[in-house]
Amino acid sequence: MKLVVAVVRPEKLNDVLESLFREEVRGLTIQRVQGHGGETERVETYRGTTVKMGLSEKVRIEIGVSDHFVGPTVAAILRAARTGEVGDGKVFVMPVEKVFRIRTGEEDQAAVTPESEIAAR
Amino acid sequence: MNQADIAWMLVSTALVLLMTPALGFFYGGLVRSKNALNTMMMSVAALGFVGIGWAVLGYSLAFSGEGLWLGNLGHALLRGVGLEAKGTIPHVLFFSYQGTFAIITAALISGAIVERMRFGPYLAFISLWALFVYAPMAHWVWGGGFLARMGALDFAGGTVVHVNAAAAAGVAAWMLRPRKDHARQAILPHNVPFTLLGAGLLWFGWFGFNAGSALAANPSAALAFANTLFAPVATLVVWTLIDFARGGKATAVGAATAIVVGLVAVTPAAGLVSPLAAIVLGAVAAFPSYFALLYRARTRLDDSLDVVAAHGVGGAVGALLTGVLAQKAWNGTADGLLFGNPRQLAVQAAAVAVAIVFSGGMTFAILKVLGAFVALRATRGEEGLGLDVTQHGVEAYSHGEGAILVLPDTPPARAFPGVAFDFEGTGGAS
Repeated sequence: MKLVVAVVRPEKLNDVLESLFREEVRGLTIQRVQGHGGETERVETYRGTTVKMGLSEKVRIEIGVSDHFVGPTVAAILRAARTGEVGDGKVFVMPVEKVFRIRTGEEDQAAVTPESEIAAR
Repeated sequence: MNQADIAWMLVSTALVLLMTPALGFFYGGLVRSKNALNTMMMSVAALGFVGIGWAVLGYSLAFSGEGLWLGNLGHALLRGVGLEAKGTIPHVLFFSYQGTFAIITAALISGAIVERMRFGPYLAFISLWALFVYAPMAHWVWGGGFLARMGALDFAGGTVVHVNAAAAAGVAAWMLRPRKDHARQAILPHNVPFTLLGAGLLWFGWFGFNAGSALAANPSAALAFANTLFAPVATLVVWTLIDFARGGKATAVGAATAIVVGLVAVTPAAGLVSPLAAIVLGAVAAFPSYFALLYRARTRLDDSLDVVAAHGVGGAVGALLTGVLAQKAWNGTADGLLFGNPRQLAVQAAAVAVAIVFSGGMTFAILKVLGAFVALRATRGEEGLGLDVTQHGVEAYSHGEGAILVLPDTPPARAFPGVAFDFEGTGGAS
């Protein structure tokens, strides 16, 4: 099992979700976050106060997947989140020690396998 | 001059002026948070840019001279606009009151092109539009032009303001093409309470708009006031019932829209129909706008905040129903179809058609010419980031995290010559 963590542009979130759903990736969590990824800083002015915004709005997506899902999941994110400009974000893939599905108590591989796939077996 | 009239018109002018920032809230709540300020600024900027154009030239084109088609330059740069009487109020007050109408009318168009039009070209567009589309229309109906001579009834601007702005909005939305996300993903209002606040303030200001259009503190103003209260009341009830019938839930954005539709519809009729007729008018007006909204959402026309459905359809229905429900016993000037004067309905229809064709055509021409010189639209990237940051360099809901203060490179001009200011912590002289 792996945990795929992606940080993407908020305006690309819908594209990413669509792309993930198309790959049958159904279980995920998102958070609105702020980050810095080498983008040029935006200058904003509020009356006399001028500021450089060092942090940009991003969305962080966390997806727990079984091993054979890692490839399609990452590919789907890369495909949908890319604009080619600095600030498109990152995808991290990390090992996971244990996973539990709260509803059933299933563990590990079974806990990150989508219901549809279990039904198909 | 009449002091009661002056007092009422002073208040009315302020009330109508409030409608423009109110419209900013109404529209601002309906867009995504990344475009909230841009959308509100489109209304706020109209106060300035249309206002100055009105003083310099617009007022003269609308209200100077007896021309059939256009005013003249007699009042350009406010020449001859002084303290003398215009009707029963001072000329400067009449000029100011009419100016607030020009401002709100131009601002109404912005609802069709939000979230994608660059701000500079927008300013140029509304400035030109107010001079060359609004001023002639105002002249035709209120300045003694040909629609007035035909006998078109438009008490407070159903045709001049609402149909006029909506025709421009439809054409502008079509010419600017849909937003990149239109019909691809859900674009939801970011602050519905703002929209309700805007609708409430619009209603409040609309009492000045309609009852003030009597240009006096008289029974006609009282009639217009009552109708401005009760027509939207009826629209709101009918709209809510349609909501219940269709989806089982009364929606908040629907209620805000219903109020505006009712106000728009009663605008041409305000001082011309009985209060009971106004209630009927408000109730009937709910249907065409309600279904126009549903229909528009299925088309590729990205009239983003439905200016056509609310102001165009609502305004046209109001103008036509004025031709049906007008009653000489109440207004002293003309009867409608229901009271034995079918010709009035034909005149009303003609006036609406003229407004649509003229405003649509002129808007097309202005945007074509502007578009030949500058890009009207923001780039896809700017649209993605949002127009608040890309057009204005401000955010509506800034958290301040990660903001680095940029200190001035050079100290500001010295208040007292010879006294040097020393900024602590700026790293000394720079």
